[in-house]
Parts: sequence; C-alpha cells; structure tokens
Amino acid sequence: MTTRSKNNSLISQRAIQISPSGIRKFFDIIASMDGVISLGVGEPDFVTPWHIREAAIYSMEKGYTMYTSNSGTPELREALSRQLSDAYGLQYDPFGELLITAGVSEALDLAMRAILDTGDEVIIPDPCYVSYRACVILAGGTPVMVPTTEQDGFEISAEDIESRITPRTKAILIGYPANPTGAVLPKEKLSKIAAVARRHNLLVISDEIYSRLVYGVNHTCFASLPGMKENTILLGGFSKAYAMTGWRVGYAAANREIIAAMTKIHQYTMLCASIMGQAAALEALKSGEKHVREMVADYDRRRKVMVKGLNSIGLPCFEPKGAFYAFPSIKSTGMNSEEFTEKLLIEEKVAAVPGSAFGQCGEGYIRCCYATSLPDIEEALSRMKRFVSKYSK
Amino acid sequence: MLNEILQILDRDARTTPEQIATMTGASTTEVTNAINQAEKDRVILKYKTIINWDKIGNERVAALIEVKVTPQRDVGFDAIAERIYRFPQAHTVYLLSGTYDLLVMIVGKTMHEVADFVSQKLAPIEGVQSTVTHFLLKKYKEDGEILNGKEEVKRQPMVL
Ligand SMILES: Cc1ncc(COP(=O)(O)O)c(C=O)c1O
Repeated sequence: MTTRSKNNSLISQRAIQISPSGIRKFFDIIASMDGVISLGVGEPDFVTPWHIREAAIYSMEKGYTMYTSNSGTPELREALSRQLSDAYGLQYDPFGELLITAGVSEALDLAMRAILDTGDEVIIPDPCYVSYRACVILAGGTPVMVPTTEQDGFEISAEDIESRITPRTKAILIGYPANPTGAVLPKEKLSKIAAVARRHNLLVISDEIYSRLVYGVNHTCFASLPGMKENTILLGGFSKAYAMTGWRVGYAAANREIIAAMTKIHQYTMLCASIMGQAAALEALKSGEKHVREMVADYDRRRKVMVKGLNSIGLPCFEPKGAFYAFPSIKSTGMNSEEFTEKLLIEEKVAAVPGSAFGQCGEGYIRCCYATSLPDIEEALSRMKRFVSKYSK
Repeated sequence: MLNEILQILDRDARTTPEQIATMTGASTTEVTNAINQAEKDRVILKYKTIINWDKIGNERVAALIEVKVTPQRDVGFDAIAERIYRFPQAHTVYLLSGTYDLLVMIVGKTMHEVADFVSQKLAPIEGVQSTVTHFLLKKYKEDGEILNGKEEVKRQPMVL
C-alpha cells in the first residue's frame, strides 16, 4: 500500500476537527413518522414571492443561462450598492467593494480563508450559528468562544471580547439578529465592540443575514458605526428576508483589498453565483420591499404567539427581537437539550433543534422556529404543554 | 391597531380576541372593543367562509354580467345599481371604469334560472342599455385561496 498522511487517515485532520451536524439522527426519525410539526427549520415557510420567481423564469426564457462576471452581475452589484446606501448611508463601490456569493454561507467561508493564517484566532459568541466555528477551523484558524447567557439576552459584551484578545487574535465574528437565539444587539453595545476592534486593530465579520427581520427595534449595520466601514466584512443575503433560501445568493461588502482576496478565492472555487439566482435577487431588490414588510408583520404576530405560549407552558423564553427563532430554556425538565428534543419528537411529534447544536452555552435550551403557520404553532404548543407537564420536576 | 386587527380577521375570521391580543400586544378588552366598534360602524360587515361547493356536489351556476346603463340626472349610476342589487340573486354589484358600467354577479341553481333573471328582471330595467352574460366555467382561486390543491410545504423538516 502506498503511504498515506502521517496518521494513516483517509480524512484530513482539519475535516476530522469539525464536528458533525448535531441533527442528523433527527432526520431518520422524522422520515419514519407522519404528522410531525416542525419547529426545527431555519428558513421561511413562505415560497419566494411570485414576482421574483417570475423574473428568474423570464431571464431563463431569454437565455440567461451562462456564467456571470466573477463578482456577480453589474446590475445586481449596482442595485445592492444603492440599497446599502439607502438603508445605512454606506457607500460601497459596486466595482471593487462588493462580491456576490453563493449565499452568506460561501461569503463566510471566503472571508475566513481570505483573512486567516494558520493559528489565527477568531472571537465568536457561544451559542452561535453552526457554520461559524467550522469555517474558522477549515480556514486553519482557531475559534475562541465567548459564552453568552440568557440573563444578558445572549448579547456578547465588549468586555468579554476584550478579555480574550491575544497577540494571535485576528477578527471578531458576530451575527445579529442571531441564529439560534433571536437576540439583537443594541447600537450602544455594538459601538463598544467597535471600539474594542479599533483599539486592537481587529477585523469584524458581521453576518447580517437577518437584518430585515427585526421587531420593534432598528437594525444597526456594523459597518455604519464610526470608522468601521474599513474594518468590517459585512455579509448579507437574500435567503431570509425574501424567502429565497434555495436560490443561493448572498454578498460580501468590504474594503477593496479584502474583496479582491475573497474574489480571487471565489473565482477558483465557485466561479460565480448562479445567474438565475442573481436575476431573482435583482428583482427582489427592485421590488421586493412590499413583500418583506408583509412577511415581517406576519412573523411578528407568530413571534408573539410563540413566546407567550412557551412562557405559559413552563418553558421560559426571553423575548427575541429578531430573526425567526425563540430559544426557550428547558432546564425545568431536568433533561439535556438533545434528550428533550428527541423525546419530544418521538412522543409528541414536534421537531425542535437542541440548543447544544449551537455550542456549549446552548445546552439547556431548544431552538423553536416560528416561521411556520399559526395553527401549526398553536398545535405544537399544545403538544409541548402536555410533554412539559409530564416531565417537569 | 384597528388596521392590524382587521388584517388578522381578514385572513382568518375565526381568530379569537385573545389570540389577536397576543399577536398585537394589545389587551383582550381593547381588541374586543375595537371589533365591536368596527361592527357597529359597519367596517366589518359580516364573517364569511370560502367554500368549494363543487366538492360536495352542490352545483351552482354563476354568471358575470356586464351591464351598460344610461346614468340618470343627479343620481348617476347609483339608482340603477340599487334597483339591481336589491334582487337577492345579485351576489355582487360593482361599478367599473371601461367599456361597460356595472358588473353584476348572479348565482343561481340552474343556467335557466340565471338566464331568466337576466332576460326578465335585469335587462328590462329602465336605463339598462345592454347586457352581456358570461357564465362562469371554473373557479381557480377565490379570495386569495387556491380552490383545488394547495401549495404544499416543500421544506426539509430540520435545518440548522
Ligand atoms: C446566521 C446565519 N448566517 C448564514 C446563513 C446561511 O445563509 P445563506 O442561505 O445566505 O447561505 C444562515 C442560514 O440559516 C444563518 O442562520
């Protein structure tokens, strides 16, 4: 046999190092069941608004089926630049400071690969979206987790970040409104983080994919904080706001040097985002606003029903101000989050995601997505009520 | 707030005041009062269902009738519209811009019944110049609801 790598493993140490998704086994259980109500999704229940689908169909009819420029179609970049200017007063040059990617997922990966050298540290809140740690590790970096707690509304604090800075710290990676907690960071807190970043000359990667989904509060774009545009890699997308998860379009906005580096990697690994997706995204930017407003109003109603319901059945839940997740505590049942969700699925046919899938600090909580119909939310709540009263100590 | 309550009821008229209170953050009393007032002001006219009658074999015939009328001094189209909408067979009556004036929807048990109504009641009304009757062949969507088959959920049950 020919010699393999030093540990004789088919798989790289890097790949081994990233943990497998915490929900695989649930798929098999769900597949064997009927009548499951799922609060376990991470995407809208709306189908992409018809005018957006129609625009993509029309572009295909006209024969737009090719590669686009590596950076994305000029029309989409220009529209995006206008939108960022209108929304936040930020001026990004569509030719050099914006890159269209295959979702925020790709943008995140590119950002990490563009800025990290082996052993560079990236500070990340815990719990957080599952890709953050993995992307850092795959790029050779070291994730440094900062615990956040329900008492603090799962808001990461500037002090906690600062206390973890070492000579190897390269960046801070945050994503608010947050998956899985629904937390939104108020402007003052973001400003403090910005101050820490400036003081220590750190980059901030800000995943703002849920920026449009906020309820009763305003979203602050990290790059719009004084002096932060140059040091922020802003990641945004279409998946959540426009119900376009399957189209795979997102973007990164940053200074020229970083966008050039990210574009170089993107050019060799993805080439470009799909042209159909880009046509759809352009239509979304041009005339999707009305639908966004309607969907947000709808999510807000469901959010209130979900949060009030969870609190009333004995699963205390802090009020999430963004995204479409509630993150109630299940500690009263004495179960850990994986046990809880597995039993809940088998006994009551309600699927939720164990908080532990999002980091150690997610233990003791479950993620319930309320992007599902009101009757389903109510049915799920009544099943969960029965479940909780059976197991509550 | 009234606007929001109405939007919720417009989508599902059976949403209870308690549920609406949760969704809007208002108190149940506030919601109940707002609804009562809206009913009194005839902002809310009635609570209706959307029924797919075909499914239970209860065949009904409906026709849309374009009506051209001569507007009358002082009352314009309103007087003729009223003469038409007083008939219980007239399900819906709209004044439109364009090549004709009133659009009347008639619902009856048989085609005959509808035809008779048009020829004997509607057409002879003074001021009615002409009518064009379109029988309705199939309903695809009514009041925002797709009648046959609905768009099913195509999501994966669990996504991180
Ligand atoms: C916080 C967060 N970032 C990024 C993504 C991925 O987004 P995209 O569909 O744009 O790749 C998700 C999807 O769940 C998410 O929750």
